[in-house]
Amino acid sequence: MKLRRTMLYLPGNNPNMLLRGWLFGSDGLILDLEDAVSIHEKDSARILVSRILREGEFGSCEVTVRINGVDTEYWEKDLEAVVPFGIDGIRVPKVEGPETVKAVDEALTRIEKEAGLTVGRTKICCLLETAQGIWNAYDVAKASPRVDAICPGGEDLTADLRTQRSDEGTELEGPRRQVVLAARAAGIDAFDTVFPRINDDEGLIRETTFIKQLGFDGKSVIHPRQVPIIHSVFMPTEKEIDRARRIVAAAKEAAERGLGAVSVDGRMVDAPVVKRAQFTLTRAGFFEEVQ
Amino acid sequence: MARNSVGRDLPEQIPGYGPVRPFSGHKARIPEGNRAGGKLKATFNDRTDKTVKDIKEAIKASGLRSGMTVSFHHHLRNGDYVVNQVIDACAEMGIRDLTLFPTALFGVHKALIPHIKSGVISRIMGSVNGPIGQLASEGGMESPVVLRSHGGRPRAVVAGDVKIDVAFIASPSADRYGNLSGRIGRSACGSMGYAVTDAEYADCVIAVTDNLVPFPLTPVSINQTKVDFVVAVDSIGDPAGIVSGTTQVTRDPMRLLIAHHAAALIESSPYFKDGISFQTGAGGISLAVAAFVREVMKARGIKGSFGLGGITSFFVDMLKEGLFEHLMDVQSFDLVAVKSIAENPNHVEISADWYANPWNSGAVVNMLDTVVLGATEVDRNFNANVNTEADGALLHGIGGHQDTASGAKLTIITTPLLRGRIPCVVDDVYTVTTPGEVVDAIVTEFGVAINPLRQDLIDAAKDAGDVPLVTIDELAERAHKMSGPMEPVATKDRIIGVVEWRDGTVIDVVRQLDK
Repeated sequence: MKLRRTMLYLPGNNPNMLLRGWLFGSDGLILDLEDAVSIHEKDSARILVSRILREGEFGSCEVTVRINGVDTEYWEKDLEAVVPFGIDGIRVPKVEGPETVKAVDEALTRIEKEAGLTVGRTKICCLLETAQGIWNAYDVAKASPRVDAICPGGEDLTADLRTQRSDEGTELEGPRRQVVLAARAAGIDAFDTVFPRINDDEGLIRETTFIKQLGFDGKSVIHPRQVPIIHSVFMPTEKEIDRARRIVAAAKEAAERGLGAVSVDGRMVDAPVVKRAQFTLTRAGFFEEVQ
Repeated sequence: MARNSVGRDLPEQIPGYGPVRPFSGHKARIPEGNRAGGKLKATFNDRTDKTVKDIKEAIKASGLRSGMTVSFHHHLRNGDYVVNQVIDACAEMGIRDLTLFPTALFGVHKALIPHIKSGVISRIMGSVNGPIGQLASEGGMESPVVLRSHGGRPRAVVAGDVKIDVAFIASPSADRYGNLSGRIGRSACGSMGYAVTDAEYADCVIAVTDNLVPFPLTPVSINQTKVDFVVAVDSIGDPAGIVSGTTQVTRDPMRLLIAHHAAALIESSPYFKDGISFQTGAGGISLAVAAFVREVMKARGIKGSFGLGGITSFFVDMLKEGLFEHLMDVQSFDLVAVKSIAENPNHVEISADWYANPWNSGAVVNMLDTVVLGATEVDRNFNANVNTEADGALLHGIGGHQDTASGAKLTIITTPLLRGRIPCVVDDVYTVTTPGEVVDAIVTEFGVAINPLRQDLIDAAKDAGDVPLVTIDELAERAHKMSGPMEPVATKDRIIGVVEWRDGTVIDVVRQLDK
C-alpha cells in the first residue's frame, strides 16, 4: 500500500535537480526526458539521467522515467539507457491505444532479459493526452500487466478537445472521471495531470481537493513547492483517521477471535472497507498501526 | 612562526602589516589602556559656513598629504561616485602613497585600479572584491589588504590601530554647518551607521553631498560637531546602484528547502519564543528563512523584540505587522527600508560601533538570539570562509559575519552542499573567517549539522522531530563524493591579505596566487 500522492517531474537536463529531487519529500520522482528536454539535448539528457540512475540517490521515492513518445526516434534508446538500472517504472507519453503499450512492453521485456532483470518488473504509467487516448483508457489500462497507472494529459489534451484550460478546469472534468473509472475497472492507479500555475497555492488546493474527491490516487507535480501542499490535501481528516482506526482495530480483534465478520459502530464492514481504512492510516503517516 | 587556535601558522611580522597577534579564541583578548584620542579643535562664531567650493579645495583645506590614511563608507554601495571622485582629485593634486580605509569597496570602484598601479593608493584596509580583489590576489598591491569585520573596524579605530587622517563622508543630505543625514535626498541611503566612528575619530571630516539644505538639518545621522568641511557636488551616486527596489525571496526550490530546514531548526530552539531577536542577510536563502519564520511567528502568535543588521523591506513588513518591536539598522538595503527609517521612530539608526564593536560597553550583537549567515565554504570543524573563492582569490569582506556569530545565541550558516560542482562543506576551509567555536549549525539541502558543542540544540532538534539532523562529517563526505577530488589552490609564500578576528588578532592570512 505504497503512497503515490505526488509524482515530481525532474528535468532530465538539470543535474542539480536530478541529484536533489528526492530531498523534496514527494512519494515518487519522474526523471523527464520528454517535454523538459529540448530536441538538441535529447542525447546528453539521456546520458545524464542514465548516470544519475547508476550513481545517484533517491531516498524512499518511487523512481520512474518519462521517455519520449513512440512516434519519435528516441524512445527505444531512452528505454535502453534507463531500464537496466532497475527503475520502478516508465511513463509513456501520448498513448492512444493498446498497440502502443504492447510495443513498449516488448521492448521492456527484451531489455530486462538482456540486463538480467526479472521480466515484468518495470511498470508502465500511460499518459493519455488525446481524445482517442482517453476514449481507449480501459483498453490501455488492460493492455499489459505492466500498466499500473494511467494519467490524463493537460495542455495537449485540452488542445485536442479544441478548447482552452480554464481556472475551473471544466474542460478536463469528463476526461478525469473517465480515467478514474477506467483505472478502477482495470484495478490500477489513477494519477492526475500537473497544476501548471506554480505560485497559485489556492488554485492548487482547489484542484487537488477536487481530484481527490473524484478518486485519484495522486497528482503529477511540476514544482517542488507543490509537494507539501498536495500532501496536506491528501492528509485524512481527524474524523477519517478516527473511523479508520476503529475499523482496523475491529478487524484485528475479529481476526484474533477467529470471527469472519467485522462490526464497527453496530454496522458490518467487509474486507475492501478494512483495506481502505488501512490505506487511510497509511496516508496519515501511521504506518505501524497498519502492520 | 606561531600557530593560532584555528591551526593557522603565522609569521611574527607581515611586511606592510606589522606585528602579528595570533587569534586565540573568540573572547580571549581583553584590551588595556584608553581609547585613542582625536585632534582637539576650536570653532567660534566667526565660522558659520563650512562649505567649500569643490573636492580639491576640501582636500587642500584638510591638509591631506602623501602617505596619509583616508576613510570612506559604503552606504552608497555600487552606486557610489565619491570614492572615485576623491581619489581622482588626489591623483591630480599629486598626492600619493595613500592608505584607503573604506568600510567596503564595490564593483564600481574598479576605476581605482589605475591609481593602485600608479602608486596613488599603496594600501587598502577594507573588503575588496571583483577586479580589485583579483588584482590584490595576484600580488598587485604593495601591502596586504587588511580585512576587518563591521565591529572589528570601529574597534581598530577606537583602539588606535588605525588612525584616520581624513574621513570623506558621502552624505545624501547636509546643511552648511555639517549636519548629515542619509534619510532624505535623491541619493538617500537610510542609515549612515558605518560612517559614525570615522566622524568621531578622524583628524578631519569632509562631508560630500548632492543635497545641501538650510541649517539645521534634523534629525541627523552625524551632527555638526564632528564635521569640518562640506562640499556640494552634482551627484554623489547613482540611485539605482544605491538601493534596490524591493528585496525578493528566492523561488529556487533547493534554496527554499535549505531555508525550510533552517527555519525548522530555529523553531526547535529554546530561543523561538516571545521576545526573539533576529538577523538575516539580504541573500536569497536568508530572506527565505525570514519568510518561513515570519509565517510560523504569525501562526503561533509569537512577537519578536528586534530585527538587526542590514535591513530589508522584509524586516520592515515584519515591524509593521508587529512581529518586531524595533529594527536596529546599520545599513538600509532597499527603498522601503530607507523610507521606513525616515518615518518610523521604532526603526532606529545605529552605528557599526553600537552594532558590533567588541571593545565598548556592549554592542547590539550581544543581545541577538538568532542570526542566519551564509559562507563560501564551511569545514568539519564548523569554521566558515566568506573571504576567498574556491580558486583562492579574495572575494568578499567579512561584513558582520564574525560579530553576529560571536554575539548571537544561535548562529546558523546556510549553504548549498555544492555550488555547481564546487563543494561547500570541505575538510578544511581555505581561509578561516569565523571560527567553528561560534558557529552552532550548518544547514544544507541534505540536512542540518549541529555543532557537537551545542548538545542542547541537538536535543531540542531531536525533540522537535522535523529537523533533518546529520553530522558535519556526513555532509563533508557526501560533498566530496559528489564533487570528486579538487585540485588544491597553488600559491606563493607572499601574504596579500590579512584576516583579522574582530578583536584585532589574526585568524588567517591569504597568500598570493601562483599564476
